[in-house]
Amino acid sequence: MRRYVIIGNGIAAVNCIEGIRSVDAKGRITVVSEETHPAYCRPLISYLLDGRTDQKRMQYRDPDFYDRMGCEMLYRRKAVRIDREDKKVELLDGTLLPYDALCVAAGSHPFVPKFEGLDEVGKKFSFTTLDDALALEQAVDKDSKVLIVGAGMIGLKCAECLAERVAEVTVCDLADHVLPTFLNFECAAYVQRRLEDHGIRFALGDSAARFEKDASSGAYRAVLKSGAVLAFDVLVLAIGARANASLVKDIGGAGERGIAVDEHMRTSLPDIYAAGDCTESTDVSCGERKLLSNLPNAAMQGYAAGVNMAGGSAVFDRAIMMNSISFFGLHSMTAGSYNGELFEEKTDTSVKRLYTEGDLLKGFVLIGCSDRAGIYTSMIRNRTPLSSVDFEMMKKAATTAAFSAGAREKMFGGMV
Amino acid sequence: MKRVYVNEEWCLGCHLCEYNCAFANSGMQDMALALKGKPIYPRIHIEEGEKISYAVSCRHCEDPICVRSCIAGAISKEGGVVKIDRAKCVSCFTCILVCPYGALAPGEDGVMQKCELCLQNSCGEPACVKGCPNRAIVYEERGEEE
Ligand SMILES: Cc1cc2nc3c(=O)[nH]c(=O)nc-3n(C[C@H](O)[C@H](O)[C@H](O)COP(=O)(O)OP(=O)(O)OC[C@H]3O[C@@H](n4cnc5c(N)ncnc54)[C@H](O)[C@@H]3O)c2cc1C
Repeated sequence: MRRYVIIGNGIAAVNCIEGIRSVDAKGRITVVSEETHPAYCRPLISYLLDGRTDQKRMQYRDPDFYDRMGCEMLYRRKAVRIDREDKKVELLDGTLLPYDALCVAAGSHPFVPKFEGLDEVGKKFSFTTLDDALALEQAVDKDSKVLIVGAGMIGLKCAECLAERVAEVTVCDLADHVLPTFLNFECAAYVQRRLEDHGIRFALGDSAARFEKDASSGAYRAVLKSGAVLAFDVLVLAIGARANASLVKDIGGAGERGIAVDEHMRTSLPDIYAAGDCTESTDVSCGERKLLSNLPNAAMQGYAAGVNMAGGSAVFDRAIMMNSISFFGLHSMTAGSYNGELFEEKTDTSVKRLYTEGDLLKGFVLIGCSDRAGIYTSMIRNRTPLSSVDFEMMKKAATTAAFSAGAREKMFGGMV
Repeated sequence: MKRVYVNEEWCLGCHLCEYNCAFANSGMQDMALALKGKPIYPRIHIEEGEKISYAVSCRHCEDPICVRSCIAGAISKEGGVVKIDRAKCVSCFTCILVCPYGALAPGEDGVMQKCELCLQNSCGEPACVKGCPNRAIVYEERGEEE
């Protein structure tokens, strides 16, 4: 019987289990998880705090999933070393788990730079796990003044979910606009305005330099780079994430910022696969090797890894950066890379930006106009030649009617 | 596994399928009461080009990208049908971001909805097919093992 070990129990891990079982019904699957919960929808931790979901509904799979899949679950256990010669994973408590095929699906961890005075702050949190969210929920009340460092996706989702439950939410970031990895200044203004309409304050182009505690009142304040001072009582650090790549890189596995994987999700080391936020792979929209951390990629990579670990054959070579996120009902979508020529259409409430290079659609930004956006996304992922579609029609609205009759016949005339 | 297919040449672009879909999923008995004078939120829509029109609904793909991409674990495939658990959906629109066919859209309540072949509603078979005046929409087997 083949032995599979999976490190991590997040999105990539669950899809890896499904991939293994699609090929091998019997093999022994052991899952090592540092967290205490069955896999939950990590992006939903903010929805938990604003009441749009609950712990039951945010489960990623049904309650009998692991039983049905025949998995041995090791919760609250941490993998600390991979022995590639003897093909064993060593856990913190000394347990050794032998494997025939291993998948590292260890995700990422929040990056916390050194700040002067940070140790003195009592109520400080990251916002990436269910336990983080539950602890933050305990720490805030209607009088809380919350300071969030980081105006990226995680910082802003945190701000959104706290806005109604606390007295004040302020977000600061060194970048001069929100969502700096996805949006430029102009596009970001639409999102920022929506958040401001709901009472969230911003200190942008300026970030926390140090934290101080007032000896007499016990109140905290952040001194920003500009010298401005912000009083707060709860601090959320959402500065960025780092791939959990060390398990593989420590034993000679290739990779710059993440674990390098090929289109079969193989690392550079035999019988060791990796999937999800811990990996770096080729971005098909620009050909560069990158961290491509998002949930859809983690799921598709995990599934492909599982199939291949079990001796099947699956290729995942269509990764791109893509994201759909909403703040107080305003939906922003981004995909691919922002290279080449820009087509832009703007109104007071929406922006559409399509980037083309040569005969290809490379990327887009859609704020407040996301209908059927997947048609654009699939053109980027499939490298559909623009010359094969009516792109003038496509600029107005994403529609499969812009494809050739032959392409439509393939899409709609049979099984896909 | 039977699926909904459309013959472009026969589609009149009359949009009746959209109304029949919205009605079948409304849970109401009277079509006029269900739809008259209100915006409708069908799970099928007519695409129109210069000389063509055709109806698009979920393809129930073999390896559905919406299922793997859903950040809420709300979309699944059972017995060949791609289904959405609307209680789990948080309206993030990631499924809209990835569906190559443009087959998903939010319902009146803002929560995502999609074609589930009318298997769960009172119609019991695709209402778009049943009501298509020119038989442009069909419900048939076109070869695939399930
Ligand atoms: C607040 C928030 C909002 C988000 N919103 C979106 C969104 O809208 N759209 C989107 O696409 N993505 C979003 N993401 C990102 C998305 O959650 C990740 O891309 C996805 O979870 C990656 O899945 P993964 O399986 O690679 O890693 P994870 O889900 O992070 O799982 C990795 C698991 O491995 C465990 N682990 C790590 N090291 C070890 C070890 N040594 N031993 C044992 N266990 C270990 C970790 O504890 C963790 O449970 C969001 C993330 C957050 C935090």
